[in-house]
This record gives sequence, C-alpha cells and structure tokens, in this order.
Amino acid sequence: MIGFRTLLWKELLRFWKVSFQTVAAPVVTALLYLLIFSHVLDEHVRVYESVRYTAFLIPGLVMMSVLQNAFANSSSSLIQSKVTGSLVFVLLPPISYLEFFLAYVLAAAARGLVVGAGVLAVTVWFAPPGLAQPLWVLAFALLGGAIMGALGVVAGIWADKFDQLAGFQNFLILPLTMLSGVFYSIHSLPPFWQQVSHLNPVFYMIDGFRYGFFGISDVSPLLSLSVATAAFVAVSAFSLALLQRGYKLRN
Amino acid sequence: MGVAVSIQQVEKRYGALQALAGVSLEIAEGEFFGLLGPNGAGKTTLISCLAGLARPDAGMLTVLGRDVVADYRAARRLLGVVPQELVFDPFFTVRETLAIQSGYFGIRNNAAWIDEILANLDLADKADTNMRRLSGGMKRRVLVAQALVHKPPVIVLDEPTAGVDVELRQGLWQFIRRLNGEGHTIILTTHYLEEAEALCGRIAMLQKGRVVALDSTANLLREFSGHALNLRLAGGAALPAALAARATAQADGLWQLQLPDFSSVEKVLASLREAGIDIDDMRLTPPDLEEAFVRVMQKGRGT
Repeated sequence: MIGFRTLLWKELLRFWKVSFQTVAAPVVTALLYLLIFSHVLDEHVRVYESVRYTAFLIPGLVMMSVLQNAFANSSSSLIQSKVTGSLVFVLLPPISYLEFFLAYVLAAAARGLVVGAGVLAVTVWFAPPGLAQPLWVLAFALLGGAIMGALGVVAGIWADKFDQLAGFQNFLILPLTMLSGVFYSIHSLPPFWQQVSHLNPVFYMIDGFRYGFFGISDVSPLLSLSVATAAFVAVSAFSLALLQRGYKLRN
Repeated sequence: MGVAVSIQQVEKRYGALQALAGVSLEIAEGEFFGLLGPNGAGKTTLISCLAGLARPDAGMLTVLGRDVVADYRAARRLLGVVPQELVFDPFFTVRETLAIQSGYFGIRNNAAWIDEILANLDLADKADTNMRRLSGGMKRRVLVAQALVHKPPVIVLDEPTAGVDVELRQGLWQFIRRLNGEGHTIILTTHYLEEAEALCGRIAMLQKGRVVALDSTANLLREFSGHALNLRLAGGAALPAALAARATAQADGLWQLQLPDFSSVEKVLASLREAGIDIDDMRLTPPDLEEAFVRVMQKGRGT
C-alpha cells in the first residue's frame, strides 16, 4: 500500500510542480475558447430554450479540459519516463501492475479535476450555468478523467517516441473530444452525423456532465452513465492486460 | 552460507537474437561476484531477468530463495539494482528522489538511513539540489543511493564506474567493499577488468548468452593467464627462432613470453646466452584478468 501511495503522490507532485504548464495553460486555452465562441455565437444560437449559448458552452469546455488533461497526464508521464529511462525506478520495486495502473489513473483523474475546476472557476462568471444535479457532475467528471487516464496509460505504454504519442493525441483524442458536442448540441446536426456522434463515447461523457448543470440533456443521463462506465471497464481491462503481460515495459 | 542468487537454465530471445542461451549459475551469500563479457554477451539481459525488468522465456531465477516471477514482491525487496544507464527523474531533488524510492519499497520515514547513504556517497551537500543540476558523476552516485534505500541484502551494479572519475570510483568501491564486508552480496558487471580482478572473489564470463567460464578469480588467472617475461635485447637483436615462435612484440621493442612456470625463465635465459644475445631490459609481469578474459573469449569463439 505504501508503494502505491508513494507512486500516486509522485505522480501528483510531477504535474503540480509544473502547474503553470499543466494547469494554468489549459485553463487559459479554455477561457479563450469561451471568449471567442460566446462572442460570435451567443446572440445567434440557443440550444435549449432556457439556456444561453455561453452557459451551454461552459460545462462542455470544463469536461473537454478534464478529458484532455487526464489523458495528457498519464500518457506524457509514461512516455517521458520511458524515453529518459527513469521508469526503471518504478519497475524495480515491488509494485504490482494493478497498483501501477491505479496510481497513474488516479493522478490523471486528479489533474483532470484540478484543471476542470480551474476552467469552471474562470468561466462561470460569464453566464452561470446553474448546478441542477451536482452528484452527476462529480460522477461524470471522475469517470471521464479515469477513462482518459486509463487510455493515456495505454498510449504511454504503446508509444516509443513523443511523436507517436502526439499522433495518438491529435488524431484520436482531439477529434473525439471536439466532435462530441462540446460546442453544439448534436440535435443541430444532420441525421447521419447525429448517428455518428452516438458512436462516440466522449459524447455521452459530455452530455451526462452537462445534465448535471442544466437538468436537461440530449440523451438520458442513465444511458450516458452506462456508456461511460462500459468505456471505463473496457479501457481499463485492456490497459491492465497490457501491464500484466509487461507489454513494452518488461522486456 | 546460503544461496543469494540462483539462476537455472535461463533463456531469453529478442526476435532473432538469442540473448541468453541457457545460463545457469549460483552465487553464495556474501560473495563479491563478477559478471564479465563483451558487449552483447547477455550480462544486462541476465540482470534484467533477475530484477524483473525482462521476463525469461525459460528457466528460473531466485533471490535468497524467492522466485523473481512467482514471488516478485519478496524477491525485489531483497535486491538492489544500480542500472547501467545514467537515468534520473528531473522533477525532484536528491533527497526527494531517495524518499520516493524508499516509499516504492514500502518504507516510510527513512531519513536516518538516507542521511547515512548520502554521507557515505559524499552527497550530503547536494541533498536539496535538483537532479538536473548534478554532474554525471553525482547522478551516478544517486543511482547507487537509490539502489540502497531498502538495505537490500543482494546488490547488483551494472557497470557502475562507466564515465566516473578516479576519485569517485575509489570512494564508491570503498563503500561497496564495506557493504560486502557487512554481509551484502555484490554482483558486478564492468568493462574495467582490473577492477573486477581486484574486487571479485569469483567471476563468470559470458559470451553470446552462454557461461564460458565460471571460477574463482585466482583459478581463472592461474588457468588462463600466467607470469610473463618481458625482454628488450641489446642492439635490437632478433630472438632465437625457438623463442620467437612463442613471443609477442610489445611497444618499445619489448618481447613478451608467457611462462608456464618460473623455472622456464632459466631456459629462456640459457637459450639467449647460447645465441650470444645480451639483454638490455627484463621485467616479470604478474598474471592479469585481461589476458585471461581474452583467452577465454578466443577459446569460446573456437568452439
């Protein structure tokens, strides 16, 4: 247990020591999105009758930040320590693959939550989105961070070089999050693209998260919770299988 | 004395490369054991298998009786490894690095022992310096310190003195010798054969993933090396044909003759006298591990 707790603590310190880059920078990015999109669209778009576009946008931006930063945390920590070789310090001690997985995923989710809270804190003043169901907000933020943290573990194990990881991030994570209804309701899309969006698990994470704020959503929050849970189980199982085999780490 | 490390029929293949082709050896508790071999012989692969950094395809490895795969938690607690590469975590200071490493091994409040290691490795005044700011030699010392945080009874040093200056090297060996004297088993790989000769009681030589020699250092020296007679002849005269056949030319016009025993010195001198050749300079050199190593490797290549 001490081994696991130390690894978790080390992973938390790792991003906290460079929080200007790992926390402040993504908060500023999200703020810029909000300023630009709300300036252009607030007068013209109304997704739900009772909700201004700017208010609609805020939970989406918060969740997008949670997801992207959770992924970035575990994946960049792993690739960095793989490339520099310092991962050996974690591989030599008596730490089980399950402890290894949990430490990286929890630290990733923590970074996601810290950044998400930061984004919420600076954007909420523009158009308070309300907080209809706080437990749903928390549940989706945690689950979303954990899913992306686990996916980051997979990517970090798989990638041998920084540019492979960048490819994973740019061609998978970014499209999945951008095309998930952060900036729009998928009901505004043509039927075909609505169908496609329903295949994107990130859509459910954002829609469910948004439900927590407004009490309304594109699909039932229970469906969203089920999809997100299933995604977490699937990604975790895959990640744990890689770790148990020692894929690329112990050979 | 019990068995510190047991390695039995270990095989490891990387694609087409057979890195370990059935290696077996046993290292007793308290030994200072050398693992030698040219680059690519399998030394680091063997250490990786022992440390759980690589999984053997076949065979079994134990540390003080604990299987490194089935009982990896116990085995890893008993083993401290100084890796070959100069690696470090750039986010932390020396003290933080060592406290974190202690935590990985399940040890909290390790400050007293950490202070002792820092003092012994001459790192005390660098304790609160970030790892990035340390010189290469200092980083190497921290690597040694990291391997010792959990007081492992078996310590593996994989080329610990590569690129390390003389002063540090001597300080390091003094410390490692002390640990060995206190009962720690030491396993060393190095390219500096004079270090291995001076430190190791027993040596295994690896070649292409196989053990090609395994004996006490003294026996290896006796079997594969010996005293040599070095001669410079007056006026640059040539050696008599019988001697020339078994001599090798050295720098400064010296000829070196390997001696099967001391009495053969007399025969060499007698044959020079008969040929009327005077001697300008004569030296006797003791056996050395480098020569033994070269011979073992040549013999291995022949088979």
